[in-house]
Amino acid sequence: MAKLTIDGKPVEVPNGMTVLQACQTIGVEIPHFCYHERLSIAGNCRMCLVEVEKMPKPVASCAQPVMDGMVVHTDNDKVKKARKGVMEFLLINHPLDCPICDQGGECDLQDQAMAYGYDRSRYHENKRAVDEKFMGPLVKTVMTRCIHCTRCVRFATEVAGVEEIGALNRGEHMEITTYLERSLTSELSGNVVDLCPVGALTSKPYAFTARSWELRKTESIDAMDALGANVRIDARGNEVMRILPRLADDINEEWLSDKSRYVYDGLKRQRLDTPYVRRDGKLAPASWGEAFAAIAAQAKSLGGDQMAAIAGDLADCESMALLKDLMTSLGCRNLDCRQDGAKLDPAQRAAWLFNSTIAGIDQADALVLIGANPRKEAPVLNARIRKRWLAGKFPVGVIGERADLTYAYDYLGAGPNTLQDLVDGKSRFAETLRKAQRPMLIVGQGALARKDGAAVLAAARRLAEAAGMVKDGWNGFNVLHTAAARVGGMEVGFVPGQSGRDLEGILAGAESGAIKLVYLLGADEIDMKRLGRAFVVYQGHHGDAGANRADVILPGAAYTEKAATYVNTEGRAQRTKLAVFPPGEAREDWTIVRALSEALGHTLPYDTPSAVRTCLTAKSPAFGALDRIVPASWGPFGAEGPMDAAPFKSPVANFYMTDPISRASHVMAQCTAMRRDLAAADAAPTGTGS
Amino acid sequence: MALTARSLLLTELVKGLGISIKYMLKRPVTLNYPHEKGPLSPRFRGEHALRRYPNGEERCIACKLSEAICPAQAITIEAEPRDDGSRRTTRYDIDMTKCIYCGFCQEACPVDAIVEGPNFEFATETREELMYDKRKLLDNGDRWETEIAQNLELDAPYR
Repeated sequence: MAKLTIDGKPVEVPNGMTVLQACQTIGVEIPHFCYHERLSIAGNCRMCLVEVEKMPKPVASCAQPVMDGMVVHTDNDKVKKARKGVMEFLLINHPLDCPICDQGGECDLQDQAMAYGYDRSRYHENKRAVDEKFMGPLVKTVMTRCIHCTRCVRFATEVAGVEEIGALNRGEHMEITTYLERSLTSELSGNVVDLCPVGALTSKPYAFTARSWELRKTESIDAMDALGANVRIDARGNEVMRILPRLADDINEEWLSDKSRYVYDGLKRQRLDTPYVRRDGKLAPASWGEAFAAIAAQAKSLGGDQMAAIAGDLADCESMALLKDLMTSLGCRNLDCRQDGAKLDPAQRAAWLFNSTIAGIDQADALVLIGANPRKEAPVLNARIRKRWLAGKFPVGVIGERADLTYAYDYLGAGPNTLQDLVDGKSRFAETLRKAQRPMLIVGQGALARKDGAAVLAAARRLAEAAGMVKDGWNGFNVLHTAAARVGGMEVGFVPGQSGRDLEGILAGAESGAIKLVYLLGADEIDMKRLGRAFVVYQGHHGDAGANRADVILPGAAYTEKAATYVNTEGRAQRTKLAVFPPGEAREDWTIVRALSEALGHTLPYDTPSAVRTCLTAKSPAFGALDRIVPASWGPFGAEGPMDAAPFKSPVANFYMTDPISRASHVMAQCTAMRRDLAAADAAPTGTGS
Repeated sequence: MALTARSLLLTELVKGLGISIKYMLKRPVTLNYPHEKGPLSPRFRGEHALRRYPNGEERCIACKLSEAICPAQAITIEAEPRDDGSRRTTRYDIDMTKCIYCGFCQEACPVDAIVEGPNFEFATETREELMYDKRKLLDNGDRWETEIAQNLELDAPYR
């Protein structure tokens, strides 16, 4: 510990802290631009100058380690003068275009120039102008505004792991650029917009559409991947204008994937805003009463075993719990929330959770990825793995597809045979795992969503047990989900009941005619052709595959439009908030199921949100406490059996389009096209080779 | 005694008549309004207008400061990038029935785009006509540009 005095107050902080951090611990604000607590220290903006006694000149507090006996002044005339000087230098070349700058109103430079700068300029020379750089469809650049803090460069290099942004030239000619003026290939590129303290990098889809002061801010949860990143939804009127990450150290730190951040324009397209009923082969708008009557007319003559329900990737826990209760009361046991056919074992909670927790990655010291490509399936989690890898002594083994994961790994093999070798201790990586204190494995849906998924799950469990991944205070067995609804579905038990049919059984039943009514709760990823002649009810918010096939459409709300519970891949229950209202006649999903139950004559006893939540709590301990993880006990799961030799394949072929919302998004389509063009450009001969 | 003398001699009546006669001989202060008008200060805050640059480009850059400062919340602005990439409004509405003519909008405007011109004769027959949109405001700007420019120039030394 080091004892120092800051503005006359004695402070004791651990060695290795910087002066700036020490000041922050006692609430003394030091202005800064380049310093960012999750990035390396650059010390190049000079805004954080403070005076330290016995030092001849003001020092940059962000780069100055604390020392015992330091006497720091942060608010005397010398420091104020230094700050004013630095601010004046920064503003020499910064354009006065705040009125047309999207950062205006939430700009660090604006705020700090007001607080710490002079009130007028002494410079009359021409300001420098810098060419715009192309950074892809997500990031807009106005490089004249750049103050060269290099936060974006450090983010791309350190966190995102793609060395695609850098600085060229020196002094006044310095320019930040993507070297080849190609778009960024990181799935986290949107974060440079948040990091940029000025308006040099701004959001392209958000450009000029709103001002920070006219937005209504709602703290909510993201549903684009299974991470449950904490987000802030900024809306104006009844329109989502942008989505920003919120600080959540245990989940997404302060990063957000591009899909989660930019998918919001998909919320305005292809929406289902009124119920539809198919008449004479065509979907026609109807009233809620007509839609319910159409379902009731079909369901009346059917037994429970002739019905089935499938929940999709964006379904919330409330609606799944109510739909399960409704189907059970109708005598139906054909339920499945695993629309990708993943063989998650409902017997044990540990079998479907990310047991080591996301923050636990920081403590792990060896990792095996089995059929998972976290960069595509959960980019923010991948950044966490990279952070751990950067810290050193973190061997990573990969079984599955070869991919650029942004960190070095030991490629073990492509499929179940390699996994079996690893379980048997025959693989070279087995020794590494055995030596590790806290080894972990991550099983992806690519390994489980196949015919032999249960056997792969069992093999992964045996690997966890053989490599000592499960012990007191540490459980290194992790399942990485791709859908926000999946863990919630498992927790509420939206799985086949006794002798009920699973997804494959439901589809086979519908094909053969044994299943006559299929209720799709936002399920769009199944093969609609296999539903045969079944009567299909689709409850969801986007006109996608499911709505196209449906006989009755019940318009629901998207995750920004309801207060709903989602459980992330760790088993952490979190609740979204209503940021904007659902369009038209659309309603919150649980209320639709509740109203339908009345029309079917099996009224569910849940009339208020709190009643629904009591019902959730009764179904699983996960819902007992929001935002907290209830650890799962360990036990046998999976099914022993032969494994197919076919290699694991990631279920996410195109990161930007995985669900109905992102498929409806124009921005995501641009990103997809950008990736395709980049891949084509890389594959094409350069013309300079022999 | 004095009171009795004053009432007997009708001095007050004569005084009053004297004032009347004096003003009969002076220039009348009333104006024959629609045909005659009084002088206006260059700072007069009348009907709003959106101005253009001499090359015809609209000045407004959709910074939304006028919308933010308007105490009556009479202004509504929506913006998006124009085809050439510049920041422009797609909507600039002023509800003239809400406006209190405080002039904050022209104070806030960094490019002198929204101004309150010298026109005060814009009474309408219906309420709807007082919901001004962007085209109406730009038309006002074109119609009054000479006067507005002159007023701004006269007021410039004091701003």
